[in-house]
Amino acid sequence: MIEIKGLSKFYGDIKVLDDISLEIKEGEIYGLVGRSGAGKSTLLRCINRLEDFQSGSLKVDGVEVRDLEGTKLREFRKNIGMIFQNFSLMQRRSVYENIALPMECWGYNKDEIDKRVRELAEVVEITDKLSSKPRELSGGQQQRVAIARALSLNPKILLSDEATSALDPKTTDSILSLLKRINRNLGITIVIVAHQMSVIKRVCDKVSVLDKGKIALNGKVEDVFLHKQDEIREIFGGANKIALPSTGINIRIIVPEEGESNRIISKMAQILNVDFSIPVANIEQFKERTMALFVINVECENFNKVAEFLDYQNVTWEVVENE
Amino acid sequence: MNRDPLQLIMKIVMPAFLDTLYMVVIATTISTIIGFFIGIILYVTDKDGLRPNASIYKVLDVVVNMIRSFPFIILVVSIIPITRAIVGTSIGKNAAIVPLVFAGSPFIARLIEGSLKDVDKGLVEVGKSFGLSHTQIIFKVVVKEAVPAIINNITFATVAILGTTAMAGTVGAGGLGATAITYGYQNFNDTIMYGIVVILIILVQLIQLVGRKIYRKKI
Repeated sequence: MIEIKGLSKFYGDIKVLDDISLEIKEGEIYGLVGRSGAGKSTLLRCINRLEDFQSGSLKVDGVEVRDLEGTKLREFRKNIGMIFQNFSLMQRRSVYENIALPMECWGYNKDEIDKRVRELAEVVEITDKLSSKPRELSGGQQQRVAIARALSLNPKILLSDEATSALDPKTTDSILSLLKRINRNLGITIVIVAHQMSVIKRVCDKVSVLDKGKIALNGKVEDVFLHKQDEIREIFGGANKIALPSTGINIRIIVPEEGESNRIISKMAQILNVDFSIPVANIEQFKERTMALFVINVECENFNKVAEFLDYQNVTWEVVENE
Repeated sequence: MNRDPLQLIMKIVMPAFLDTLYMVVIATTISTIIGFFIGIILYVTDKDGLRPNASIYKVLDVVVNMIRSFPFIILVVSIIPITRAIVGTSIGKNAAIVPLVFAGSPFIARLIEGSLKDVDKGLVEVGKSFGLSHTQIIFKVVVKEAVPAIINNITFATVAILGTTAMAGTVGAGGLGATAITYGYQNFNDTIMYGIVVILIILVQLIQLVGRKIYRKKI
């Protein structure tokens, strides 16, 4: 649906996006994550041509976005809704009028607008606020209005530019589940820009991690987050590398949190009768499922036994190098 | 000059008051229309505006600054030929309106430009992201959001234009300013001079009051 190939963008001499290539499929929730200044918002804005780029190609449904001008560009943008960090609602219009604005400008008739506004208010759960002014609403409610407005023209794609960055964790959760619901029920492709990993982790199918204008990591969210932890830590800094035991062998084990497999550790202890320690045990919440992540430390002579057992149990595991 | 003060005020101050009111209302209205137009062009052609155009912006910018740097008295005198061409005379309240508009329009243009620039830039992006045309973004989004600020600024400009009419009075426009100087100051008639000052104070208060009322309604 969105196909980006070798896209580069400069501000003067500064390269802000460097040879970006990625593909976003219909119905996906795709995450662009990175530190501030990594170019993720700029890349997002290239998709609906709020930003121009100098070289490469960006196609949406097979249409080269760079070639669009005038009315064609406006028609094209109609199919792409967008929401922003600070909601960007018109303070002098009521919630109803805010949602209606794009339809008004595109010449929908009054009955159509009324029907659609009420429908959308239901989707985003703000039916009782339609006559309020935005400043009377909380941040989360304002973002809901913005989402309703973004959906008003029946877009195929929804771009979300740090839409939850100004919200508290609980409100963030509710907005994220709303986005998930919209994706599932309306089949709208969503591209999410965020600087919080947790946001991407919970809602996205695929992710590109941007660093200094380049794509540093790319792939399915679970793969990237489970297998590229060190790279992610290097890009984002933040939490210090966990000091793992320097003797023995450290093994990272990843299992689905539900069902039998989450007892793998205790099972292993019982069956193999080996000693090990568990320096790391985490639960990671993803869009579709929850994964448990352990690092266990075994003595070298037991390694083969353990590896064999894990393979036999069909568990994803890898050796973490000692520093 | 020992007439009854009330009679004095009715005969001399009242017509002057009406002249002033006439000049202020007409000059402010015309200046607002022209200023609004110029203000929007400045907003649109600015380097991060909707359609940046360095040459149009620069020319307007210089012209606006140039007119604004004229002391009003000098402006009145220097545009006499233009005034004559427009109203046929350089004396009287109609003639005064020409320099008042000349000075008022760039002033209001700047204020309008400022009010529009104060509108959240994100809203322009929102408009673009929905595929609205530039005209729609300006009038349905930016101007609409800027209305309270514009009202405040026009109130402010009206008071400024009221002050300027007093100066226009010295070049034969009549009005409260001229009357205060000729009948009041130069004739040593304190009743007229301070009477007019009181009238002007009340007038300014009234303008502010009306401005505030409309602002409250629009916000």
